[in-house]
Amino acid sequence: MFRSHVLVCGGTGCHSNRSEEIIKQFNRQIQACGLEKDVQVVQTGCFGLCAAGPVVIIYPEGAFYSHVKIEDVEELVSEHLVKGRIVERLLHKDEEDEPNKLKALSETNFYKKQTRVALRNCGVINPENIDEYIAYDGYQALIKALTEMTPQGVIDELLKSGLRGRGGAGFPTGRKWQFTKDAPGDIKYVACNADEGDPGAFMDRSVLEGDPHAVLEAMTIAGYAVGAQQGYIYIRAEYPIAVERLRVAIGQAREYGLLGKNILGTGFNFDIDIRLGAGAFVCGEETALMTSIEGHRGEPRPRPPFPAVKGLFGKPTLLNNVETYANIAQIILKGADWFAQMGTEKSKGIKVFALGGKINNTGLVEIPMGTPLRQVIEDIGGGIPNGKKFKAAQTGGPSGGCIPAELIDIPIEYESLLSIGSMMGSGGLIVMDEEKCMVDIAKFFLEFTVDESCGKCTACRIGTKRLYEMLCKVTDGKATMEDLDKMEQLCYYIKENSLCGLGQSAPNPVLSTLKYFRDEYVAHVRDKICPAGVCKSLIRYKIDPTKCVGCTLCARNCPANAIRGTVKQPHVIDNDLCVKCGACESRCKFKAIYKEGGKK
Amino acid sequence: MKTIADIQAIRDKMKSQIVVRDKDTSDEIRVIVGMATCGISAGARPVFNTLMDEVANRQLKNVKVVRTGCLGMCTLEPIVEVLEPGKEKVTYCRVTPAKAKEIIDRHIVGGNICTQYLINNEE
Repeated sequence: MFRSHVLVCGGTGCHSNRSEEIIKQFNRQIQACGLEKDVQVVQTGCFGLCAAGPVVIIYPEGAFYSHVKIEDVEELVSEHLVKGRIVERLLHKDEEDEPNKLKALSETNFYKKQTRVALRNCGVINPENIDEYIAYDGYQALIKALTEMTPQGVIDELLKSGLRGRGGAGFPTGRKWQFTKDAPGDIKYVACNADEGDPGAFMDRSVLEGDPHAVLEAMTIAGYAVGAQQGYIYIRAEYPIAVERLRVAIGQAREYGLLGKNILGTGFNFDIDIRLGAGAFVCGEETALMTSIEGHRGEPRPRPPFPAVKGLFGKPTLLNNVETYANIAQIILKGADWFAQMGTEKSKGIKVFALGGKINNTGLVEIPMGTPLRQVIEDIGGGIPNGKKFKAAQTGGPSGGCIPAELIDIPIEYESLLSIGSMMGSGGLIVMDEEKCMVDIAKFFLEFTVDESCGKCTACRIGTKRLYEMLCKVTDGKATMEDLDKMEQLCYYIKENSLCGLGQSAPNPVLSTLKYFRDEYVAHVRDKICPAGVCKSLIRYKIDPTKCVGCTLCARNCPANAIRGTVKQPHVIDNDLCVKCGACESRCKFKAIYKEGGKK
Repeated sequence: MKTIADIQAIRDKMKSQIVVRDKDTSDEIRVIVGMATCGISAGARPVFNTLMDEVANRQLKNVKVVRTGCLGMCTLEPIVEVLEPGKEKVTYCRVTPAKAKEIIDRHIVGGNICTQYLINNEE
């Protein structure tokens, strides 16, 4: 038996910070010290606090080490594991902490206010070991459903829990299951939407990487409830770690008889296969996703008929998102009432958010519905870096909108976000500080939807492109005030004339920034100024002749050869040649180069 | 293929192995073993292992066996300290695996301090 467990995060964030090599180094060092029988090194899923990665936790002490480098491993082994001394310099610190205090993960500011349900096993178990999942009550919900509950009983429990789809639209999950169960037909399917496409959202990936069996178990329960024998997980090939761990998990579940024929000797048959997507955003839309699983080009089709009636291969199909499934087993085990007492009246339970952008604690947070945005940003997220001011938060990715600073106290739930022109979406939460230009943000998302529009509907295919061009006019300082009104009109036109969610929501970033940051648009159009100093056409780089010592560093680094001047004399930037890359500003050691939020 | 009973057996077996990772500190009893060079050379490792095995075998959920560094009294190693919430710290010295078993049995489970092994006797 192992006396000590070393948990190393193997989520994508830490993985790209070389956590795999850290694990190898741990194993090497532990062997060198002859501790391989005493210490177990476990690769887990995402701990959530990606900003502090690579993360290592050593139990039984529960020492939470952050920013661990390969060179640190030797010290961790010789000090902590051999001698039992905590390596204080590597302990994770919250800002206000007294230095070097041993703190459990759950006691840090980041985790203290979270409630972990969908992420309960992420960062706790080894996702490639089914036994560890079972140890944390894994597959108990499946056993309970198969032996103690009727299919209708399972659905009733879900209806009572008030769980709503976590993929974006928030349709009540229980009702979806009911529709699929009630739809006539012998062959039905269960599908999982793991085509997480929103820029800035990565909760589904982390669930699959950290706890793949939770999704398999829930899909099997779903198969039992709606009367299906086959499940598909549609996941993008861009998530190689998640795909690999799912493959391992499916293999183990089949070996244990938790998938396949006669599951656990109960006579119920269910199996799951993986279908890889090529990464098209539109394939996150349910009808396009199913078309893609069938082997066709991923294009949406009109609804009705809804997938619950006519889905995959023309059969009734239940399609839920990864995070939705990740909640199911817990609801079955702990009961609908336990789930329903969390959250608000209309939005029950908890929701995972991917915190990104200008925020200190980038990572995954799971919070009760109705938590005020302020708490997420200031307490859990640790505020904005470098003392900058909070300007807006973007939720729902390219389909969502911006929440401006004056609405920071809004509770996060489905209805409240819709009422202010944003949406829950899959849960991406991008924080922006005062240095972000809102027109530029809208342009970024539009560029994304122009690229990702499948082209089926004219309003979406051409409309988004025209809208993007109008935004370019604004950021170039060439737009007129009439253009702003035309833009708004076009937004509604695209929304009303598109078939699927992509087109219907693509103008949202423009509409919400126009609503809350109209003054910024006006500044671009009328005053030809980008207040945040982002839009290249409207800014100029200048050299302060009183500060410039003529070191020539800027001139040598300018890719456009736009900086002139002789040694030891103040230099000058030729604004006709300048490409506004900012290389000179970041290189100047005398802070002599500055940006002018320029008038032309 | 596994049966439901098999799954439950795996769960029970694995639970005792991963209990180390639970970090609920509210009402736990901490058994601390000095495991610096002095402690290890005096035989702290088998003591530590015995304590861990006893705790796991008896499924003592609220007991955590942890290591610490040198306690400063190297001649009295292996030293084992027991910290119970709301009670005074108890320090045992020159602990052997046999004594460790007794400490778990009489002190942790039974609630009676094994006075004959206390550090107070050495003074």
